[in-house]
Amino acid sequence: MIDYEKLLSDTIQEVKFSGIRKFFDIASTVENVISLSVGEPDFKTPWAIRKEAIRNLEKGKTAYTANSGLIQLRRALADYIERKINLKYNPDNEIIVTVGGSEAIDCALRVLCNPGDEVLIPEPSFVCYAPLVKMAGGVPVTIETKLENNFKLTPEEIKEKITPRTKALVFPYPNNPTGAVMRRGELEKIAEVLRETDIAVISDEIYSELTYGGERHVSIAEMDGMQERTILINGFSKAFSMTGWRMGYFAAPKPIAMQMLKLHQYAIMCSPTVSQYAAVTALLECDDEVLRMKDEYNARRRFVVKGFNDMGLDCFEPEGAFYAFPSIKSTGLTSEEFCKQLLNSKKVAIVPGDAFGESGEGFVRVSYAYSLAHLNTALERIKEFLTELKSQ
Amino acid sequence: MKKLVDLLRENARLTNEQLAVILGTTEEEVAKEIKQLEEDGIIIGYSAIINEEELDKNAVTAFIEVKVSPQVECGYDDIARAIAQYDEVDTVHLMSGSFDLSVTLRGNNLREVALFVNERLATLDGVLSTTTHFILQRYKEKGVNFAADEADERSLVSP
Repeated sequence: MIDYEKLLSDTIQEVKFSGIRKFFDIASTVENVISLSVGEPDFKTPWAIRKEAIRNLEKGKTAYTANSGLIQLRRALADYIERKINLKYNPDNEIIVTVGGSEAIDCALRVLCNPGDEVLIPEPSFVCYAPLVKMAGGVPVTIETKLENNFKLTPEEIKEKITPRTKALVFPYPNNPTGAVMRRGELEKIAEVLRETDIAVISDEIYSELTYGGERHVSIAEMDGMQERTILINGFSKAFSMTGWRMGYFAAPKPIAMQMLKLHQYAIMCSPTVSQYAAVTALLECDDEVLRMKDEYNARRRFVVKGFNDMGLDCFEPEGAFYAFPSIKSTGLTSEEFCKQLLNSKKVAIVPGDAFGESGEGFVRVSYAYSLAHLNTALERIKEFLTELKSQ
Repeated sequence: MKKLVDLLRENARLTNEQLAVILGTTEEEVAKEIKQLEEDGIIIGYSAIINEEELDKNAVTAFIEVKVSPQVECGYDDIARAIAQYDEVDTVHLMSGSFDLSVTLRGNNLREVALFVNERLATLDGVLSTTTHFILQRYKEKGVNFAADEADERSLVSP
C-alpha cells in the first residue's frame, strides 16, 4: 500500500489544522448549541447586489474575465480606495481581483518569500498567516501583542524581531480576533521603523469598513513612504456581507502586483464572474447598506462588551471588526477548558483565544455577528455558567 | 428617537440600562426620551406578543369586515368608537377599499365570537353588514415569525 506520509510533502504535513477547526469539531458533537463563534456577517447580502448577480446570470454572463478581473470592477475599486483612504492605484496594473482576501494573502507571501525568509506576524491574529508563510517556504516569526497595549502592535515589538532575513510584516488591523485597530498616530510610529528597511507590509484590511468611533479606518499605506512597500488586501466578505461570493482584491505597486498576477493567473485564472459583476454594484450602490450594518454591529458591540464587564470578565473595548476578546483569567481555567465547559454545561460555543496564537491564551473570542436577542440569550447563559463555576 | 422606538417595538422589555448601552447614550437620556414618547402619545402602551392558540386551544381570533353608513358631521367616528368600547375587541381600523371598518376580536370559542358579532356588532345603529373571517393559523405576529427561526446557514464555528 502506498505510504502517504512519504507521498505528501513534509511541509504540508507539518502544518496543523487550525484551532478554530478543532473547536468546530468539538462543538458540532453537541446538540442545540447557540453559537457566538461565527466569523462572518449575519446580514444577507444587500438585495441590489444579489439582483445584479441574477441579472447577469440571466444574460448568460458566465465566461472567464480578464485574469486581473473585470476592468469596470478594477476601476470602481480604484475610485473606492481613493474615496476611502486617499490613495491612488492604477486599475490597469496595480489592482487585482482575487478569490477572497485569503488568496491575496497567499499570493503576497509566495511572491515575497525566498526559502528561509522571515515574515513577522502579530498574534493573536487570524489563523491563516503562519501556515501560508510555511507553504511559501518562509519562516513565520510571531510578535505577541499585549492586552496592556490594547493588542496594538508597537514599534519596539517590531524592532525586537527584525533580523537581516526579515522579508515582510503581516499587518492585520482591524484585528480578528481582538478587535484592535491601529490609529493614525500609531501607524506613523510603525512606518518610522519600516521606512528605511526593505521590509514589505502585507496589510490585511478586510475589516476596514467595521471601524468604530469618530475616526475612519486609516491604512498603513497612507503613511509617507509606505505605499511603495505595502500590499493592501481587502475584500467584500465582511463589509458587504458577501462571504460566499469569494470576492477579494489587492492593490500594490506594479512590480509586486505583476508578480502576484502571474501566480493568480496560473492558479486561479480569474475570480468568479457573476461575483465580479455583483461586486461592481456593491461598490457603486451600497454605501447606505454598509453604514446600516456597521451601526447595527456597533450597537451590539457596546451591548456585548458591557455584558462581559458586568459579569466580571474583563473585556477591553474593541474598536473594529465584530469580535470581543474578553479575558477569562479570573476563572483560573485555560481558554480551552473554559470553552469546553461552557459548551457542555450551557451549550454556548465560543472560540478559545489560543486558537489565534499562544498569546491568545487566557482570552476567548466572541463574535457579535448575531441579533441582539441571540446575544442576550447567550450572555445570560455565560453569566449562569460563571455563577455556577464560582459556587463549585 | 427612531432607533429607540425600533428597539422597543422589537422588545419592550429591554431595560433602560440595556437600551442606553445599545444606543451609546445614558440611562437618564433614555428615560427622558421614553417619557417624552409616552407624553406625546407616540408610545401608547406595552404588550406581550402571545401565541393565542398555544395558550388556549379553543380560543379563536376573528377578523371582521364591517360596512357602515357614515353619519352627518361625525362620519365614521361615532360608530367606530362604539365598537372600540367592547372589551372583546382588539383592534378597530377605518379602512380604504370595499368595506369600512376592520375589527379584530378574540373569544374563547367559535360560538362566543359568532354570538358577539350577531348580537352586539351587527345590531349597532349604522352597521349595514358584517363578514367574519376566523384566523386558522398564525405565521407571523408583530414581526415575530411563528415558524422555528430561519436556520442560520452559517457554520457553527468559522474563521
